[in-house]
Amino acid sequence: MDNIQYSAAVEYAAASGTLSSIWLLFAIPLASAAVLFLLGRRADKWGHLLGVASVVATFVLGLVYFFQLKGLSGNRSAEVDLFSFMPVGSLKVDFGLLLDPLSAVFVLLITGVGSLIHIYAVGYMAHDPGRRRFFAFFNLFIAAMLLLVLGNNYVMLYFGWEGVGLASYLLISFFFDKPSAATAGKKAFLMNRVGDAGFAIAMFLMFAQLGSVNYDDVFNGVNQLTQGTVLVMGLLLLLGACGKSGQFPLQAWLPDAMEGPTPVSALIHAATMVTAGVYLIARSNAVFSANATLQTVVVSIGALTLLIGCVIGCAKDDIKRVLAYSTVSQIGYMFLGVGLGGAAYALAIIHLLAHGFFKAGMFLGAGSVMHGMQDQVDIRRFGGLWKYMKITWITFGLGYVAIIGLPPLSGFFTKDPIILAAFNRPGWTGWLFGGAALLGAGLTAFYMTRLFVLTFHGPKRWTDGQHPHESPAVMTVPLVLLAVGSVASGFLMSTSVVDWLTPVLGKHAEEHGRLGHWTVTGMTMAVVALGLAAGVLLFRKGTALEEQPAGPVVTAARNNLYADTFNELVFELPGRYLTRALVFLDNRGIDGVVNGLAAMVGGGSGRLRRAQTGYVRSYALSMLGGALLVVAALMAVTLG
Amino acid sequence: MDPSYYIVLSAALFTIGAVGVLIRRNAIVVFMCIELMLNAANLALITFSRMNGSLDGQIMAFFVMVVAAAEVVIGLAIIMSIFRTRRSASVDDANLLKY
Repeated sequence: MDNIQYSAAVEYAAASGTLSSIWLLFAIPLASAAVLFLLGRRADKWGHLLGVASVVATFVLGLVYFFQLKGLSGNRSAEVDLFSFMPVGSLKVDFGLLLDPLSAVFVLLITGVGSLIHIYAVGYMAHDPGRRRFFAFFNLFIAAMLLLVLGNNYVMLYFGWEGVGLASYLLISFFFDKPSAATAGKKAFLMNRVGDAGFAIAMFLMFAQLGSVNYDDVFNGVNQLTQGTVLVMGLLLLLGACGKSGQFPLQAWLPDAMEGPTPVSALIHAATMVTAGVYLIARSNAVFSANATLQTVVVSIGALTLLIGCVIGCAKDDIKRVLAYSTVSQIGYMFLGVGLGGAAYALAIIHLLAHGFFKAGMFLGAGSVMHGMQDQVDIRRFGGLWKYMKITWITFGLGYVAIIGLPPLSGFFTKDPIILAAFNRPGWTGWLFGGAALLGAGLTAFYMTRLFVLTFHGPKRWTDGQHPHESPAVMTVPLVLLAVGSVASGFLMSTSVVDWLTPVLGKHAEEHGRLGHWTVTGMTMAVVALGLAAGVLLFRKGTALEEQPAGPVVTAARNNLYADTFNELVFELPGRYLTRALVFLDNRGIDGVVNGLAAMVGGGSGRLRRAQTGYVRSYALSMLGGALLVVAALMAVTLG
Repeated sequence: MDPSYYIVLSAALFTIGAVGVLIRRNAIVVFMCIELMLNAANLALITFSRMNGSLDGQIMAFFVMVVAAAEVVIGLAIIMSIFRTRRSASVDDANLLKY
């Protein structure tokens, strides 16, 4: 394992020419969001058009910048410091932007897939009275996500990170009159806070140890830190990444986030925002590569999460939740990749990009199915839909083939190398993680086949009064384009993107591990074929309409492997008891002291009041007494 | 003549006045006792003035007299109006201003 990535110092070139205006990238959607927010109902008629136009314009601009960056020779990066953001004592944080190969591919993913999903949402949200509000939130999200990937320091990343968290919260709770949606939004927000706290402390640690939160300072300085500091810093960053990306132990919010409208699930909770954790780790590769224990932790979380996602995905009946758990599991693969380090960083990123295409395509396909089936989400109530919605069927099918990793679609080119890299990790852990990844591939093939077969094939199990129909062109065109992406992206990206990312992620020689490329591919194909065959055989005749009694494993999987129960018992319940104890302490303890003091003063003054008798004599006596006292005191002082 | 006798006399007069204020009920008598105390103080002031050979004490005594005269005017007026409303000049009867 090569732990030393950065022999040369990290240095970013100052932006020149048109590249110095990269702030336009997030300014355009932000301005559009502001217009939509401020004009309110007056923008209802054309708000969605402005929303789409701003993102498409950003995409075009992103392409222009991408090619300009490509045209640069040598150190391909463009750094712009717009203004001083937080000059506090020795902490100097600039509002600085950085466009380098890594952020450039993210900009293209966010704006490209984002544009398609915006266009799709015009059709999907056509009958929703809150469509203008929806597009305002969506544009806000795009702006925040671009800020996240374009920052040149951790504070900027955090700024965007919180911005996408806010947009995610607003969009999950978009149907806020539905209690489940409102709760899901709150749950996502709270669980993200746990991770964000870790991220924030990691930044404090960077500042305390290195005196800066700029990428270049941190990456160049990380070698001077002790192993313990690096480990703690990395674990805290990892906590933030796990929160955002729905990884173990903070995975429970992501499936509930499906309460939002389907385009939200596609863009935020599949293609872009949830991959921000992978971005964070890949961006901080200098930190993560500097400590072997840290890498093992990342790999373990990735392997564990990908299995959790697969197992639960097999047992869910809600089409969007199956896809959500498949997202959890695919991001697990990406974490596995970034944890393995070395050449696998780039593999994780290309899997992320390919996943952005096929998962967004499948989510939009699921939205198209729901659109035609009166918002039905239960796959037990679908069946035989291929005849009624051909475009959705084909595009969803291509996404499905891509995710299970059949050649020559994108999953084959992006997932297989991660499995190979996992097997080639030295020591017995290589067998463990490789085995987990392989098992995950088989399970993925099984539950995705189940989803696909139950939805589009087999007998019709619809509820009464269903008239499935294909969605309008404004929805199917994005589907087709995303399907094209999921077919072609893997092959196109597998080598070119790896080379493109070399300046950021380091150059790595071809590793020759214990297992050859073809061996692992053969094993993966065998496992995938097994899962696929099992899925087809079990579900080609449809499935029961009601929930069936099941063994402990399936029951556990249906209950999200008791993650919610665990959180409730371990975190929520003690918290509730703690607040109850604090309320008791407040009422009886603190209020008791305050009220007791007040009662004492009140009672005392009531007694003291009696001294006012109304008899002049008694006042005169007290005056005399007082005068005598004063005289006595004077005498004591002067004579004594 | 030894001036200290005047001091003793002044102290005796002051004590009589103070005791009178404390134990008598009739407002007029109480009032006269207050005058007695003021005059005792005046006597003391003049005696000290003489003992120290300066005129400060005597001037102070004039001030006290002026204050006492003003006080008599107001005090007697108050006693008169109290007597008119309550038909009594006892200080213990005017005890409504209390807790």
